[in-house]
Amino acid sequence: MDILITGTVLGGTYALIALGLTLQYGVARIMNLANGENLVLACFCAFWLYTAASINPIIGIALIAPVAFVLNWAIYAYAMKPLVDRAKNRGQLEIDSILATFGLMFIMQGVMLLVFGGEYFSYNFLSEPVRILGENYGLNRIVALGAAVVIAVALYVFLYRTRYGTAVRAVSVSPSSASLVAIDVPRMSAFAFALGGALTAAGGALLSTFYTFNASMGVIFTMKALIIVIMGGVGDVRGAVLAALLLGLAETAVASLIDPGLTLAATYTLFILVLLFRPQGIFGRQTA
Amino acid sequence: MIRMNNREQRVAAIALLLFGAAASIPLLDEGYYLSLSVNIAMYAVLCTAWTLFSGPTHYISLATAAFFGIGTYSVGLGIDTLPFPLLLLIAALASGILAGLVGIATLRLSGVYFVIFTLGLAELVRQVVTWLQVKFLGAVGLYVFTDLAEKHIFWMLLALAAVVFITGWLVNRSRLGFAMRIIGNDETVARHVGIDVARAKVILFVISGAFIGITGAILAPRFAYVEPPSAFNPVISFQVVIMALLGGTGRLWAPLLGVIPFTILFDRISASFPNHTSLLIGVTFMAIVYFLPRGVMGLFEDIRARKDKTRPVAAGVAEAAE
Repeated sequence: MDILITGTVLGGTYALIALGLTLQYGVARIMNLANGENLVLACFCAFWLYTAASINPIIGIALIAPVAFVLNWAIYAYAMKPLVDRAKNRGQLEIDSILATFGLMFIMQGVMLLVFGGEYFSYNFLSEPVRILGENYGLNRIVALGAAVVIAVALYVFLYRTRYGTAVRAVSVSPSSASLVAIDVPRMSAFAFALGGALTAAGGALLSTFYTFNASMGVIFTMKALIIVIMGGVGDVRGAVLAALLLGLAETAVASLIDPGLTLAATYTLFILVLLFRPQGIFGRQTA
Repeated sequence: MIRMNNREQRVAAIALLLFGAAASIPLLDEGYYLSLSVNIAMYAVLCTAWTLFSGPTHYISLATAAFFGIGTYSVGLGIDTLPFPLLLLIAALASGILAGLVGIATLRLSGVYFVIFTLGLAELVRQVVTWLQVKFLGAVGLYVFTDLAEKHIFWMLLALAAVVFITGWLVNRSRLGFAMRIIGNDETVARHVGIDVARAKVILFVISGAFIGITGAILAPRFAYVEPPSAFNPVISFQVVIMALLGGTGRLWAPLLGVIPFTILFDRISASFPNHTSLLIGVTFMAIVYFLPRGVMGLFEDIRARKDKTRPVAAGVAEAAE
């Protein structure tokens, strides 16, 4: 039971990061490896807002997410757009965007290391216990899970119930057909990239309420988010959420039953199973 | 017997001369410059081995640190019981097998899966090794005491570099190399003319991984104390990618053009500004993508192409004037 709840909370946070990444990769076609740094930056912002201005991190999201949106829009417009225009085919864009976002990742990490140093940070927010079915849990974790659910549902409604969201999904299916039905593909791509960044930042702010973070942990989160995106199927919102929960549960189970140092082994076992049996993702359809 | 044409003989002669010059470095200096030369030689082997696979396939492998660490660990575990040359062989086998397994799982699919898989591979192996060590050996670190000095390590690396170059040259002339060039140009075409694309990629990845494993094994005596975080340091993977791309991956020797300047620069920066190394790596990545997409090698080729283009035109103008 303990594993189930802790795993779900972890999975909920993973889901937000992976949703951000699946938008960036699935719609904007940019494999953003600096996404984990985006997350860590949001952790630091939430920390800073809470300790310096005593702004509640949940409310802080309302500040952090729009800033992340603008920042990621700028990254797309100034750094990624030239690569998109230059690329002759999808493979070329993939390689270029991977290398460019590696550069971005190291630059962001380097700046954060210079500003905050390599120490671990954390702060006390709602760390009183709550009892659920006879076990104690930190209230901050439960609140974070609740906020993640709200954000994920809002995203789902936006993508599947609004006109703008449908346009975003259309670009994810086929950019060339989308432009035939008068969808402004470059604009949608930039929007999806920025929205993905905002989602990830929201995930980071939530994560910071119960997780000890430091400047160089971003790459681990990027990797887990990538694995979730592949497991769920690129651009698939439901798949990403399901995969994130699976991963959160598997990691928590391995950490509490075998050894806390083997969480990545759990991640990779799931990843290999997916690669061998369902490389198109959990809900993905078989393609030729 | 393998026949070489005139040009190849000339290249071989120049290469021999350069190797001879490099091999005499330890006779001149045994301090800072030798240590820097060991770094350069190490990255030269790593980048060339990396290019062996990633050059023709365009797959960005971040598995270097995993193979390197396995090589280091093979020596760390066996140094008290087995002779050093045998350990090098074990290192090659162990990392080759890992490369084979990774290749079989990921190389049938698109390049992105491969990048993601290799991104975490070093960390995964590190976790597993740490867990096994704590569980069965009781301690995390290993001591490697040998009689090998810095200069012996340097000479071994040079010899390995020569072997890597010769292997690369032989692969290039073989059916496998021919198949790889077709795959690199157009994979669909390669599949249609009956090349087993996945098999060719896996074989090349195994060769590349085995060489990286041997490099890790050779470097083990230099560390003296081997523990998982230093042996499986993920930064090595990124440095290798940067240096190789900086030099260019079109030819086997092109990565050297990136290795030598970057190793020296990195050494300088980490000596005087240790906190700025990730910034340096980041900026170099950006510079490669936006300004040097084909590396220094590509830059040279562009300049040469421009010269070739202007020369006939100039000659034509001169003729017209007469």
